[in-house]
Amino acid sequence: MPDTLTPVLTSDWAEDQSWKLATYERGGGYRALRKALAMAPDDIITAVKDSGLRGRGGAGFPTGMKWGFIPQDNPKPKYLVVNADESEPGTCKDIPLMMATPHTLVEGAIISSFAIRANTAFIYVRGEVVHVIRRVQAAVAEAYAAGHLGKDIHGSGYDLDVVVHAGAGAYICGEETALLEGLEGRRGQPRLRPPFPAVAGLYASPTVINNVESIASVPSIIGNGADWFASMGTEKSKGFGIFSLSGHVAKPGQYEAPLGITLRTLIELAGGMRQGHELKFWTPGGSSTPILTGEHLDVPLDFEAVGAAGSMLGTRALQIFDDTTCVVRAVLRWTEFYKHESCGKCTPCREGTWWLVQTLTNLEKGVGREEDLDILLDQCDNILGRAFCALGDGATSPISSSIQYFRNEYLQHLSEGGCPFDPVASTLFAVEGVR
Amino acid sequence: MTTSEISKTDLVTLTIDGVQVSVPAGTLIIRAAEQVGVQIPRFCDHPLLDPVGACRQCLVDVPDAGNGRPMPKPQASCTIPVAEGMVVNTQATSEVADKAQQGIMEFLLINHPLDCPVCDKGGECPLQNQAMSNGRGESRFAGSGGVKRTFPKPINISAQVLLDRERCVLCARCTRFSEQIAGDPFIAMVERGALQQVGIYEKEPFESYFAGNTIQICPVGALTSADYRFRSRPFDLVSTPSVAEHDACGAAIRVDHRRGQVMRRLSGNDPEVNEEWITDKDRFAFGYLRTDDRLSYPQIREDGELRPASWPEAFAVAARGLASAGSVGVLPGGRLTAEDAYAYSTFARVALGTNDVDFRSRPLSQEEADFLAAEVVLRQGATYADLEAATSVLLVGLEPEEEAGTIFLRLRKANRGRRTRVWSVAPFTSNGLRKTGGTLIAAKPGAEADVVAGLAHRTDIELDSASVILVGERMATSPGTLTAVARLARTSGAKLAWVPRRAGDRGALEAGCLPTLLPGGRPVTDPTARVDAATAWGVAGLPDQPGRDADAIVAAAASGALGGLVVGGVDPDDTADPAAFRAALEAAHFVVALEQRETDVTRVADVVFPVAPVTDKPGTFVTWEGRPREFDAVFVNPHALPDARVLAGIAEELGRPLGFRTSAEAHARMVEMGPWDGDRATLPDAPTVASTPGESDGLVSLATWKLMLDNGSMQDGEKYLRATARTPVCRVSLTTARALGAMVTLEGDRGSITLPVEVTDDLADDVVWVPANSTGHGVLADLASPGSGVRLKGADQ
Repeated sequence: MPDTLTPVLTSDWAEDQSWKLATYERGGGYRALRKALAMAPDDIITAVKDSGLRGRGGAGFPTGMKWGFIPQDNPKPKYLVVNADESEPGTCKDIPLMMATPHTLVEGAIISSFAIRANTAFIYVRGEVVHVIRRVQAAVAEAYAAGHLGKDIHGSGYDLDVVVHAGAGAYICGEETALLEGLEGRRGQPRLRPPFPAVAGLYASPTVINNVESIASVPSIIGNGADWFASMGTEKSKGFGIFSLSGHVAKPGQYEAPLGITLRTLIELAGGMRQGHELKFWTPGGSSTPILTGEHLDVPLDFEAVGAAGSMLGTRALQIFDDTTCVVRAVLRWTEFYKHESCGKCTPCREGTWWLVQTLTNLEKGVGREEDLDILLDQCDNILGRAFCALGDGATSPISSSIQYFRNEYLQHLSEGGCPFDPVASTLFAVEGVR
Repeated sequence: MTTSEISKTDLVTLTIDGVQVSVPAGTLIIRAAEQVGVQIPRFCDHPLLDPVGACRQCLVDVPDAGNGRPMPKPQASCTIPVAEGMVVNTQATSEVADKAQQGIMEFLLINHPLDCPVCDKGGECPLQNQAMSNGRGESRFAGSGGVKRTFPKPINISAQVLLDRERCVLCARCTRFSEQIAGDPFIAMVERGALQQVGIYEKEPFESYFAGNTIQICPVGALTSADYRFRSRPFDLVSTPSVAEHDACGAAIRVDHRRGQVMRRLSGNDPEVNEEWITDKDRFAFGYLRTDDRLSYPQIREDGELRPASWPEAFAVAARGLASAGSVGVLPGGRLTAEDAYAYSTFARVALGTNDVDFRSRPLSQEEADFLAAEVVLRQGATYADLEAATSVLLVGLEPEEEAGTIFLRLRKANRGRRTRVWSVAPFTSNGLRKTGGTLIAAKPGAEADVVAGLAHRTDIELDSASVILVGERMATSPGTLTAVARLARTSGAKLAWVPRRAGDRGALEAGCLPTLLPGGRPVTDPTARVDAATAWGVAGLPDQPGRDADAIVAAAASGALGGLVVGGVDPDDTADPAAFRAALEAAHFVVALEQRETDVTRVADVVFPVAPVTDKPGTFVTWEGRPREFDAVFVNPHALPDARVLAGIAEELGRPLGFRTSAEAHARMVEMGPWDGDRATLPDAPTVASTPGESDGLVSLATWKLMLDNGSMQDGEKYLRATARTPVCRVSLTTARALGAMVTLEGDRGSITLPVEVTDDLADDVVWVPANSTGHGVLADLASPGSGVRLKGADQ
């Protein structure tokens, strides 16, 4: 089904030296910028509002509305901050995008900054991916050299500087206010809200923080029109998005499609499940979204339908696990991640993840009683909605959802005194029948 | 519009646990709940710190946020301001809130050592108390074999403050206090997750004069003081409210004692004065009460040696000696309660018939006495509230962080909260000035008068009726400065206050321990004022000429013009000329000393009376604002008497009784005499004395003031506190430093001292600054008089 895919952001990924400015411009790059510079900034905001673009970083907040919150009568400078701190387990869309076509992001950042009247934009890139940081830096340098950035861009009288900032290795800095703390040179810990970043964000000035994919979608909206964008997707989740399939599928990778596509279709596009195995469970949007199972194969992957199914669309990071996977083990790995990444600011996340790991470790080893599952659920209940930011909530998602769907598998660990699965069998390098 | 209408419109009405309550707009839910009698458990919340919402202990259910919509999940009540029509259900009425709080408490305890039986905080611990009120009895974590996070314990974060990381609940009160209140962000959270901990930067020690407050606001036993650690249990202590005696700020303190010994001191809570903060000196410096050299019985000199004597004998010998000495001068010192000062003032006039009395036990001037009589006595020039509300504050010759810690904190609060502008007439920008967001108005020692006079013509410095001018006692010896300051206050309309260093200075001024002033601001030269005072004292008349000031008393004793001296708590090394003071003690025929401890004065005195320290007597300190701060005795101690009782005893032997014996009686008589309602003295146009910075001959002028923690005798016996004092340095300009090297020797007319050099950017090349009492016997004894010229020499090995 080739027409199911809608490659926009990913259309040029296969080009030779796709990351170069020349390649990008040959494909029509930076035309949207010239169009945008001739528009009134408010008209750009209106166009993005009309397109129905919702934040691609997970929460799905309408992007144009976010821009509209910037108080333009505030005398302080305005800032655009691009959240490129992609660190969620399973999420792998922004980093390939920045590797393949960084100019899509740069052009989007320029148009977005122009719209919100920012003269400085920051791209906060996850610190571990040095190669990506270099590539974005090179793209920004190319853009400066070509006059897309700097003073009086293309004679419009508009000035913009873009700063590429490298993070220092903390998942919490993907949380927007912790990211701002990090940008300002402090420890990455989330800030108390209000004030919201739109009012007092970076350096206490009005700030828009958007995900890479959101910003990268802006040039296509300006270039092709809001209606074009809104013609894709579903009623409330418009446009296209990158769906990142990983795990036990034949062809893992990035599949750009309109929102509302189903996992069944995506798995077909990805060549089906690993041969000889069946889908057991999957995450719709990274490890912070509650897991789903085979019964959800036909759920339209948009914000509403996934929410109705008891999970969240998140970052469309579809981690696919087949029947060789021990759900307890998978959940424990994720929980260890959250324990390691908890910033320590609030009690439930800091102490809760410390305890969850211990309980899950015991359960995986088959130590404990059935009541421990209830204690585990109660711990999750005491973290969910009680923590300072969403990190704590995310830590509980895999646990609560896995117990919901696979309670018996947990109990099986207890009754068999250990894990009933062969951990090697679930690995991608496992060959059938060989140990 | 009436006041009640205004306040009504500022009120917000909400419902908490079914009870309607109206609170001022902006009130946080957690404090509004207190108004209906509900205590929501909390750790990170502190009313004087910015909200942080970190511990999540105070979660409540908000079924209506005031807009008709419920908040979807429990909310931290310490971060949300009330809204009109809001409905809040706390743990008292909401199962959701109660479960949320119990859940947080359970989490807080999983990594807590639960070592209450050996913890200093046990018995007064918010964690312990709230675990009882809002937690479960049994640990599900321990029940499931959970493994706690452990750390080696404890670690020093300063010489005085110790950190036990296992007990810490990471509420960040200590780090927020240090950053927000004290402005000393030397501690911060480091690491992450459950390994997060309070840390210090290796190369920057936790150097703060207010560090002890972090111990007091720690809601668990994570922070303890080296001084108090393992010393006692809170339930063994008796607490008595009191007032700090180390500066003129009048900070409210709580003295915790056991079996006649002070075990620790805490900050009291007085929103009008020190809020909930005190300096480390006020908190930790009480070891002088139990030093080995405390005097515990009267002594009289016989054949050149002091021998113990009974009180009646000592009174009789003192009276006889003073009577036969001829004229007597009285030097009460600046550390007295107002009642004791009143006793000295009365003793001089009634028992000795002299105006030769002066509380100023440090460099002074006639201009200062005139200034005090005209501009300070009886006046409440400014208050802490005025500082906080001020648009601008001008400091002249005052370094609040070192000399008046409570003022420093209030200035910082004003600058942080209301952007109050602070200016300081001083030789360089101190760290304390930086922390109050202040700007330097550079002035060389002795040249302050010209600088202050010039301020009226500067457009960038706006002083008006919403401004405050604070002038320090050091300006006494800067000719013309006090006069210039008074003039500036008059022309600008700014409030004016004089800030002395010692707790008793202002009270002694009010009580008339000046050669020109009788109690209640009555000018000696005013016949009606004299009659008024004489009537109150029940004497026929009073000497009608102003007496000698302290310097003149010293000179007169040395020359033989004065035969006797009555000396209170005066340290010779604090006086304008320590050598001259010692010579006067030697020369005087008869010296009566009233002291707490053995000193250079008691060693040469003819009669020595042990007098009661602040813990052993009731009294009143008067703050720099003019605010009386009464306190009660903590102990009943028979070994020493208040100064007033001693002076009364001598006076009775002289046949001229004071009319009171106890502190309470002295207080009553002082109140009875009351303030003078006649004409007050006016400030003469001071003769402009040419300033004398020694720019010639390669001399540089000496700037100096005392650091908060130094060699002061009231910090004796506190090794941990002393260890947190700033390292003494000699401040010079970059140009001077280049010529000198790393060590410098200063040579003055009284001796020399050697100190490491610290370059100070905005210090003039011909000015040098050293701490006044951090080396040897102090600058006055060992080097030169402040403002005089000294010579600098490189002293590298």
